[in-house]
Amino acid sequence: MATVDLKEVKKVYPSGVEAVKGVSIAIPDKELCVLVGPSGCGKSTLLRMIAGLETISAGTVAIDGKVVNAIGPTERDIAMVFQNYALYPHMKVYDNMAYGLRNRGTPKDEIDSRVRSTAKVLELSALLDRRPRELSGGQRQRVAMGRAIVRNPKVFLFDEPLSNLDAKLRGQMRVEIKNLQRALGVTSVYVTHDQLEAMTLADILVVMNAGLVEQTGAPLDIYEKPASIFVASFIGAPPMNLLALTGSSSGPILADGTAIGFAPPETPAVTLGFRPEDADVTFNAEALPGALVLPATVEAVEPVGAESFLHCAAAGSRIIVRVSGRATAKPGDQLRVVAKAEKLHWFDQAGKRVD
Amino acid sequence: MAPQLAITLVFFYWPAGQALYQSMLRQDPFGLRTKFVWFANFRKVLADPAYLNSIQVTVVFSLATAIVAMGVALLLAVMAEKAVRGKGLYRTLLIWPYAVAPAIAGMLWLFLFNPSIGSLAYLLRSLGIAWDPLLNGTHAMILLVSAAAWKQISYNFLFFVAGLQAVPKTLIEAAAMDGAGETKRFWTIVFPLLAPTTFFLLVVNTVYALFDTFGIVHAVTGGGPGKATETLVYKVYNDGFVNLILGDSAAQSVILMAIVIALTAIQFRYVERKVHYG
Ligand SMILES: Nc1ncnc2c1ncn2[C@@H]1O[C@H](COP(=O)(O)OP(=O)(O)OP(=O)(O)O)[C@@H](O)[C@H]1O
Ligand SMILES: [Mg+2]
Repeated sequence: MATVDLKEVKKVYPSGVEAVKGVSIAIPDKELCVLVGPSGCGKSTLLRMIAGLETISAGTVAIDGKVVNAIGPTERDIAMVFQNYALYPHMKVYDNMAYGLRNRGTPKDEIDSRVRSTAKVLELSALLDRRPRELSGGQRQRVAMGRAIVRNPKVFLFDEPLSNLDAKLRGQMRVEIKNLQRALGVTSVYVTHDQLEAMTLADILVVMNAGLVEQTGAPLDIYEKPASIFVASFIGAPPMNLLALTGSSSGPILADGTAIGFAPPETPAVTLGFRPEDADVTFNAEALPGALVLPATVEAVEPVGAESFLHCAAAGSRIIVRVSGRATAKPGDQLRVVAKAEKLHWFDQAGKRVD
Repeated sequence: MAPQLAITLVFFYWPAGQALYQSMLRQDPFGLRTKFVWFANFRKVLADPAYLNSIQVTVVFSLATAIVAMGVALLLAVMAEKAVRGKGLYRTLLIWPYAVAPAIAGMLWLFLFNPSIGSLAYLLRSLGIAWDPLLNGTHAMILLVSAAAWKQISYNFLFFVAGLQAVPKTLIEAAAMDGAGETKRFWTIVFPLLAPTTFFLLVVNTVYALFDTFGIVHAVTGGGPGKATETLVYKVYNDGFVNLILGDSAAQSVILMAIVIALTAIQFRYVERKVHYG
């Protein structure tokens, strides 16, 4: 049971690459923190610094209030699930799981009971005598999880543990990881670039970009109030629709000259956004006060089953609107996209949110 | 006919056939009459205490050479892996001995450890060790093993370096997080994963020590003192070309040929079809 505190953590690789440029995150006990961001933003580097596999160039990493910068990975009592699982290929599943316990001098019968009970939880009991190469991808993933869980460490680290699985299995394992983490109550850090995984797993979501934290918070808070254009377009699928604004004598208008039709926020904004599900389409021409109304042409319709996505050309850009069920619109239809004023997001010159 | 086949016939099958034929002949002491004796030469050779001694010497020499050459090479390779700076230089220096001809390597060691003029022999004596490879069989064997192993270290080193690089970094990291210290990681993760390389080198080194060390034996000890370092290959030469017992010598070389074929079979069977993990 542990807290993890990162203070102004930086990493400069010997090659001169500044992978992490000052990150502070406080993870309370028993919570699952997800680091999400595009490829190369420094997620793995940050995770490896928590693990002790990478030296910390500046700042501190503290576990349970104790700074561990100078402590090696062997003594940190952290378990990690690697993207490629890193199972010991020459050992049976049982020995893979027992390895960490043996290294810590756990008595033999305790090792046996712990390995067997963990294997039971993960439905690995029948596989204990196999070697990793005799397992499917999903089973290897479970063994990697088991190897981490059986040790009952202070902290779990996951580096994209599901990225080698197919979509269905990924969905199952996602739920399973969440349940296990909650049941065991072990503080965890989980790295992914899949925003769906990030949203569903996180107690605390950290959105990273180019070595810096863009936003930290509860997943839904971040979804509802993205702090920047980057977060707005990264979190949510399909991403938020973004439209450029220009100034005019009567206040900001859309780039193609369409008026907004109501008062914008006081701070000047240059970008306006709304989520696909916060908009609707109408074929009627009545006036709709207090809403953004965009004349649009349907370019493509993507039916997904429970919902459909309309790809439209409007205000000089492409926007996506989500409608539930089967869409009545067809490609080529002229219609109007309507988004309520309170559902709009505004961003300033620097890409920061304004309210 | 394919030229490769012609070459194989002329340079392998014909001499091999000759050896086999010779091994079943016996000549009188003056070389005037030759008799076909079937396997009598083999029976004689295998019952000869000198031959049995030679087998023992060969086993000790080959195993010691293989183990020393591989052990030292592995140690050096592990150190090269850990070296932060000067990796390239370190490797280059370690590859040089491989380019030295066996006889020259033998001479080098002979000079270094010659009881009367060798500088290292002097050092040993000043440390209170009564070093005398010319009279003491064990010392002669140690000297021979050192010289033979030294030649082979470079080769082994290259393979071990490659083998070490092939061990996935994440496995070592995973083991570190699993609480295994550096030594533990080496013996429980790295060393087992090197098994294919180690096995391959074991075969190569054994073959080398068995058949490729004639030059070294000849230069360093000449099989002596007594017969303390007379290996099988050296004995073939001694009996055939020095003592001129052609029948015995031929029988011995046929036995050696059988050993080579067996070792090559092992090599093909197990080494070519490398142990694969993952
Ligand atoms: N060992 C290293 N030496 C030098 N630069 C490195 C090293 N490892 C990573 N980098 C660089 O640091 C930056 C961050 O890498 P990192 O692996 O942390 O990204 P990531 O967010 O995990 O990306 P991905 O989602 O692709 O795994 C990248 O620019 C990368 O090229
Ligand atoms: Mg990564």
